[in-house]
Amino acid sequence: MEQFETMQQFALSWALVFLTAVFVAAVVWAFWPGNRKAQDEAAKSIFRNEDRPARDGSTFKEAWK
Amino acid sequence: MWDYVKLIALGMVALCSAIIANYARDFGYELHAILVTGVAAVVFIWQLRQMEQPKPVPTNEYMDGVIRAGVIATAFWGVVGFLAGVFIASQLAFPALNFQWAEGYMNFGRLRPLHTSAVIFAFGGNALIATSFYVVQRTSAVRLWGGNAAWFVFWGYNLFIVLAASGYVLGITQAKEYAEPEWYMDLWLTIVWLVYLAVFLGTILRRKEPHIYVANWFYLSFIVTIAMLHVFNNLSLPVSIFGSKSVQVFSGVQDAMVQWWYGHNAVGFFLTAGFLGMMYYFVPKQAERPVYSYKLSIIHFWALIFLYIWAGPHHLHYTALPDWASTLGMVFSIMLWMPSWGGMINGLMTLSGAWDKLRTDPIMRMMVVSVGFYGMSTFEGPMMSIKTVNSLSHYTDWTIGHVHSGALGWNGMITFGALYFLTPRLWNRERLYSSRLVSWHFWLATIGIVLYAASMWVSGIMEGLMWREVDAQGYLVNSFADTVVARHPMLLARAIGGGMYLTGALIMVYNLWKTVTSAPERAPDTAAVPAE
Repeated sequence: MEQFETMQQFALSWALVFLTAVFVAAVVWAFWPGNRKAQDEAAKSIFRNEDRPARDGSTFKEAWK
Repeated sequence: MWDYVKLIALGMVALCSAIIANYARDFGYELHAILVTGVAAVVFIWQLRQMEQPKPVPTNEYMDGVIRAGVIATAFWGVVGFLAGVFIASQLAFPALNFQWAEGYMNFGRLRPLHTSAVIFAFGGNALIATSFYVVQRTSAVRLWGGNAAWFVFWGYNLFIVLAASGYVLGITQAKEYAEPEWYMDLWLTIVWLVYLAVFLGTILRRKEPHIYVANWFYLSFIVTIAMLHVFNNLSLPVSIFGSKSVQVFSGVQDAMVQWWYGHNAVGFFLTAGFLGMMYYFVPKQAERPVYSYKLSIIHFWALIFLYIWAGPHHLHYTALPDWASTLGMVFSIMLWMPSWGGMINGLMTLSGAWDKLRTDPIMRMMVVSVGFYGMSTFEGPMMSIKTVNSLSHYTDWTIGHVHSGALGWNGMITFGALYFLTPRLWNRERLYSSRLVSWHFWLATIGIVLYAASMWVSGIMEGLMWREVDAQGYLVNSFADTVVARHPMLLARAIGGGMYLTGALIMVYNLWKTVTSAPERAPDTAAVPAE
């Protein structure tokens, strides 16, 4: 029972704070202005390499420009 | 060297399962042991013939053979699962269909898990494995990692399905909803699933695109979470290694909570996250424009992941479960409405500027209706998780209607869309055999779902109201049998709706078959291909 209460206290305090913080960080990361370009690029990535894999080292560098 | 290890392992499996078949305590287990012996022997011979042969690995093309097999398996299990569903729906409407001569094998109780597993795990699971292999290769721009491991996943998973399905008919079950297979099948599935994870993750790690496309995030969360859920919910001790029966490690309300933590997240991560992976790839591809908002897709993903895992207790309102736990489940279920609708809006708005495709492209129409049903059932679900609503809806046909508007509408339609998308591409055809037949499939399926969901609403709410009706003295007015009689017309309408859905699927199978065999071949790629 003691162990249960310790676990419960932890879940109600630090675990809750941690999970909320991770979620908020994910949302902030999604809206971070510097990420817009990479996101647009990723959204369009499905229209590349339809029929065969990329050649070595080609797409990777282009996409970062 | 590695070939010899495999050969020895296969020989050992064949030998051990033959011994187990000899000592087996129940018929179903014996049959399964014989089946495993046969499979191991066949693979042993196949492996022997492959020994020391050079195996060229083409790095300049995708591994599509296993996806083609997955498409065929999806279509096949879909028809099997829908047929089982229509049959058990008819059994409910006409109990005489529980034939005397098949008592103990083909009665409702034996066939119901066969239906649910066939549609969720066989149809849905094969669709998820096939599409995830397709999507992860295209969005990572590399061939699948692990060589034939992908084939192991495909055959291993389908062996699991055959074992599970034949086990249900013979009475092998641990009586956990959606987790009926017994301990030895669970262990086998765990192995297959870990290889699946390795293949998927290995491909992502070798990707040549800088970003991991959002569909892969959804697929990955589906694979990881299902592994975790499967292991915890199936913690059990076999009574004997020579028998199928096992005993659960958890008991009482703990067992119930673990079961519905599993059960609801099977919905959340198998039937939602995995299929959202499909949505985020195939809807933009079919619409020929990128997803409406990539930001929204990221938030959709993280919100769904953080909320879904807590929603399970809403299956246990007004039970031995502590009140706070069921309130927690209810609150998280209601919060889930927001990310779900965010995702729906993201899918639908991907069509903005291309709405005319709805008029001309029946595949697009199918996908849009699918996303619409996703929105509808993720609105209905949170509503039903509210305790007061649940006190009316629980244990009634309303729940079954809700599940089917999600499963037939969302999962089924997006899978059909993906199959129509994939077949011409995988078999190198210019187009589908017939668009008209796709339209027929679309309308049969849609009207079928509407009949199904509407009749189950009427039936469910009627049942709920009849069960709680009391007279002036406080006595219950209706007996249970009264509600059974009153439901008959609705059960009939449901069976007809299911029959229409099945007919649509048969039309699809015909159309896909004709696409492969007689649609014009795709013109060879005229674009210049750089020399490797």
